[in-house]
Amino acid sequence: MGAAKLLRFLAARSVKAVIVVLAIVVFQFVLIRLAPGDPASVIAGQSGAADPLFMQQLREQFGLDRPMHEQLLIYLRDMATLDLGFSHRQQQPVARLILERLPATLLLTGTAFLLAITGGVALGVMAARRVGRPADSAITVLALTFYATPIFWVGLILVLIFSVWLEWLPSFGMFTVGAELSGWAHALDVGKHLILPSLTLGLFFLAIYARLARASMLEVADQDFVRTARAKGVPEGRIVRAHVLRNALLPVITFAGIQAGQLVGGSILVETVFAWPGIGRLAFDALLARDYATLLGVFFCTAVMVVVFNLITDLLYAVVDPRVEVA
Amino acid sequence: MSFWRRFARNLGAMVGLAILALVALMAVLAPVLFPFSPWEMRGIPFMPPGEAGFLLGSDSLGRDVAAGIAHGALVSFLVGGVSTVAALLLGVTLGALAGYAGGWVDDAIMRFTEFFQTIPSFVLAVVLVAIFTPSIASIVVSIAIVSWPPVTRVVRAEFLSLRSREFVQAAEVLGRGRIAIMVTEILPNALSPIIVLASLMVATAILLESSLSFLGLGDPNLMSWGFMIGSGRSVIRIAWWMSVFPGIAIFLTVLALNLVGEGLNDALNPRLARRRGIVVT
Amino acid sequence: MTSPILSIENLTIGLPAGGDRANAVEDVSLAVRPGEILCVVGESGSGKSMTASAVMGLLPKGLPVRSGRIMFEGNDLLTLPAETFRALRGARLGMVFQEPMTALNPLMRVGDQIGEAFRVHGEKGDIRSKVLALLEDVRLPDPPSIIGAYPFRLSGGQRQRVMIAMALALGPSVLIADEPTTALDVTTQMQILRLIRGLQERRGTGVLFITHDFGVVAEIADQVAVMQHGRVVEHGEAAQVLNAPQHPYTRALTAAVPHGRARPAETHAPEPVLALSGVEKSFRRGGGLFRRGSPVQAVADASFTLVKGETLGLVGESGSGKSTLARCVVRLAQPEKGEILFHGTDLLPLGRAAMQPYRARIQMVFQDPYASLNPRRRVGDIIAEGPVTHGVPRDKALARALELLALVQLDAGAMERFPHEFSGGQRQRIGIARAIALEPELLIADEPVSALDVSVQAQILDLLDGIRKRLGLTMLFITHDLRVAAQVCDRIAVMQRGRIVEIGPTAKVFGAPEHPYTRELLDAIPGKAWTPPLEAA
Repeated sequence: MGAAKLLRFLAARSVKAVIVVLAIVVFQFVLIRLAPGDPASVIAGQSGAADPLFMQQLREQFGLDRPMHEQLLIYLRDMATLDLGFSHRQQQPVARLILERLPATLLLTGTAFLLAITGGVALGVMAARRVGRPADSAITVLALTFYATPIFWVGLILVLIFSVWLEWLPSFGMFTVGAELSGWAHALDVGKHLILPSLTLGLFFLAIYARLARASMLEVADQDFVRTARAKGVPEGRIVRAHVLRNALLPVITFAGIQAGQLVGGSILVETVFAWPGIGRLAFDALLARDYATLLGVFFCTAVMVVVFNLITDLLYAVVDPRVEVA
Repeated sequence: MSFWRRFARNLGAMVGLAILALVALMAVLAPVLFPFSPWEMRGIPFMPPGEAGFLLGSDSLGRDVAAGIAHGALVSFLVGGVSTVAALLLGVTLGALAGYAGGWVDDAIMRFTEFFQTIPSFVLAVVLVAIFTPSIASIVVSIAIVSWPPVTRVVRAEFLSLRSREFVQAAEVLGRGRIAIMVTEILPNALSPIIVLASLMVATAILLESSLSFLGLGDPNLMSWGFMIGSGRSVIRIAWWMSVFPGIAIFLTVLALNLVGEGLNDALNPRLARRRGIVVT
Repeated sequence: MTSPILSIENLTIGLPAGGDRANAVEDVSLAVRPGEILCVVGESGSGKSMTASAVMGLLPKGLPVRSGRIMFEGNDLLTLPAETFRALRGARLGMVFQEPMTALNPLMRVGDQIGEAFRVHGEKGDIRSKVLALLEDVRLPDPPSIIGAYPFRLSGGQRQRVMIAMALALGPSVLIADEPTTALDVTTQMQILRLIRGLQERRGTGVLFITHDFGVVAEIADQVAVMQHGRVVEHGEAAQVLNAPQHPYTRALTAAVPHGRARPAETHAPEPVLALSGVEKSFRRGGGLFRRGSPVQAVADASFTLVKGETLGLVGESGSGKSTLARCVVRLAQPEKGEILFHGTDLLPLGRAAMQPYRARIQMVFQDPYASLNPRRRVGDIIAEGPVTHGVPRDKALARALELLALVQLDAGAMERFPHEFSGGQRQRIGIARAIALEPELLIADEPVSALDVSVQAQILDLLDGIRKRLGLTMLFITHDLRVAAQVCDRIAVMQRGRIVEIGPTAKVFGAPEHPYTRELLDAIPGKAWTPPLEAA
């Protein structure tokens, strides 16, 4: 696809993405109104003895005395200006809380995703090339195991082994508190703290991608054009690399897009286990404190993250597959 | 070869079935084996497994971990089963309509489904349970709400391809009604992927439920595996058994369901047996 | 006679245990000489494709070669080390496959795929200009733009030309072509056959050509080998095998080839059953909720009248709109414009309920016997379904189904069985029984024999003709096969790109075609110069 066509494709998909984000805002609006009690009390937390002044403030912010469609417009306007509300517990705007925490989450999910996709595809390809042999069985069993294990539990077990018993790696936080490191030393410190959480989050998805890549490789290997390549005298190694692998990666890309939401969702659990200072941990704290303004802010933020991630996978797909037409 | 013989030939599937039977037996026998509330204090807190009459140890309040696991099995099965049935009802109906009707109905339903697939499912479940206050009902509904989109996609794809098959067109030409065609001609031929998907959905639902209760969003009146792990989390350095054993219970149950799902897939689609793992959940 | 360049000697290939026979291919000996085309002809399951795969070393795993040799350029291919064999493939042995739509890598440019053949065999230098020359050789339009195109941009015929270019890239001494024209339209088929013939003659290549179509054999073969159940039953010069077949199986096969002679004219009372006028149908390709796709005109201004007892043939290539037009009559497709008068009533404006009474009077037989029967229902229920839908009590409908089974020459035991227990031909009989269970006046047959082997084709055509006469059916017969059309139709309508370009009595359309497209179609009938011998009594 040429650069100009790619740009048009990007523009068309961006419009679609904006529509989806708008729909998410409307959905959130409906959700708050469906909840028991009036929106102000939902946001303030039902059982929380919120002070009357704050409740009044919330009611004004939502325009609760106005007709429904005006309320929706107000809400849309607030969200469009990234006004995600105010966290009464933390005495800060929700948007600021989230922006502070976002880099940590992006670091964690990004590392986990890279680990999962590279490891998963590598293992899947290995298994497919040795189908039916011990290496294949071992990889299949490994994938099944991680696919069936709750990730928060994997996190706890890793902590138990590597932090409690072996004392190799730190079990919580993003850096050593009070060490005041800087430069490379700081990066190394963060890296050490990153190993267990990203492994925990990544292993589950690594299992999924490995199974998918294996199945996809086997499926493509059966196709007519692979037979054509063989009839042409293409060596086996090149058949796998140039013909099978590229085609087999397409469903993996699609699936990565669909799974993006799960990856972000998983980070709530992992950040909770490892006290990783990202938006997942923020969500957990908000849950404990019944701070629903923050919780909804995190929800919105994760949904937008998924939309952006889908945009990237769509783009990647368009680059890899010439059949994708500009919509 | 009959379905059952193909299924029985699959070692993994049989092991899975055996584990499931054991867990189900444990759920049924829980009131007999542990004829007391799993919330009840039964002895000294933090007893390691095998000591003071605690098979799997006791927790920070002196509750019996083994009793909790046995009683928690029921919650897992209940939530997994009911939410899957609810998600299937919604997903199959929407998918069948979209695939059979086509046109703008299909477009509208699929945009709606894609939208729900975009929203991170676990985060949505957390928000739903939190806002509607944690209870077994809100948990089941929330899990159902986040798990129907894959069903719709699978069913729609099946209906779409079967709709243009000649035997369905023959039924149209014979003058059969639309609902009769959907229910008696198309649906029976679309059941295999639905059954396979359902078994995997129960597994996913159990994982979701345990994740919710791990975060403290479980039904406060019911003992569940996720809650037990959550309450053992902060004391893992002194009482590893509080977290480890319930985790093993979840792992075995989910693994068994996945194995059974794969066995069903292989047995129901013998020609597609190699596509294992491609079922999109 | 020159000595063979490729000789298969006593080749036996096993089948996995539990198959319907012990060996896929048994004791087969064949020889291909330079500059000669050997056609291996047989019905599905005869082992002909397996033989071709064995020569290329592309046999599926699990099918062991039990005995025999395949001698090529002085080596036994079966004992060659894998790497040596690989170096021969694509360089000395080229192969073209049946399905051009899936035989090319969708993610690789056409030029790169052809160029790969050069590269993997160590060819250096200006590969691009070699590829361009090849594309020129296989007569693809505008080679410089084709070279950079992805396969999905090309039509089936064009892709098959690319495959041929790729197979011949390094000037192999033997080309293996496995049903290379089966998936193509008849006019494209003729072009590809002529292309293969021309290139082969110029380069002196030996060709092993696998086909099921005696017309194709008559068109291009020098030598013919007939295979049945994994064995070669007859082998010889093309003229000899085609015109004076010795083996009973060859005789039966050639006799079953539609002879293309118009059947004796029947006279019909001028009582119109179906009259179409100005029917238009277009589809939208792509599109979605907010965006309309580009319209494709499938049927344009179609008009014809069908009188009682008559059989009208709709012929044309794929995409000509013949099937769509038939589907408009039974309302599987909804036309935008025009009239469809059935005994004077316009069916077009009728809703689902209003259409119901007419459903019983217009029935359809479908193309694919493997897709046209619900795999989850018993044959008895499938046949009785129509009458039950139209209010006949179930037991009565089942009793009637039993009679119908006899009519289509299946035994009563079929009632309780499922479709997958039957062969293609038997399933098509079940499909016919289902269609006539409602005692229709008008029967629409959409390519009813094109998915069947030639010997089964003849039986089904006979059966349909018998039933038509017996029940006094009026018939709309859709086919792409002009020989079949000539044999069963009173009149022929030729369709091209959605339009009926010519319509008239069969003898006239075939004998004195008026429209250039009709002439092109007739010219493209493979082996039209050959008249199948009548089976010796």
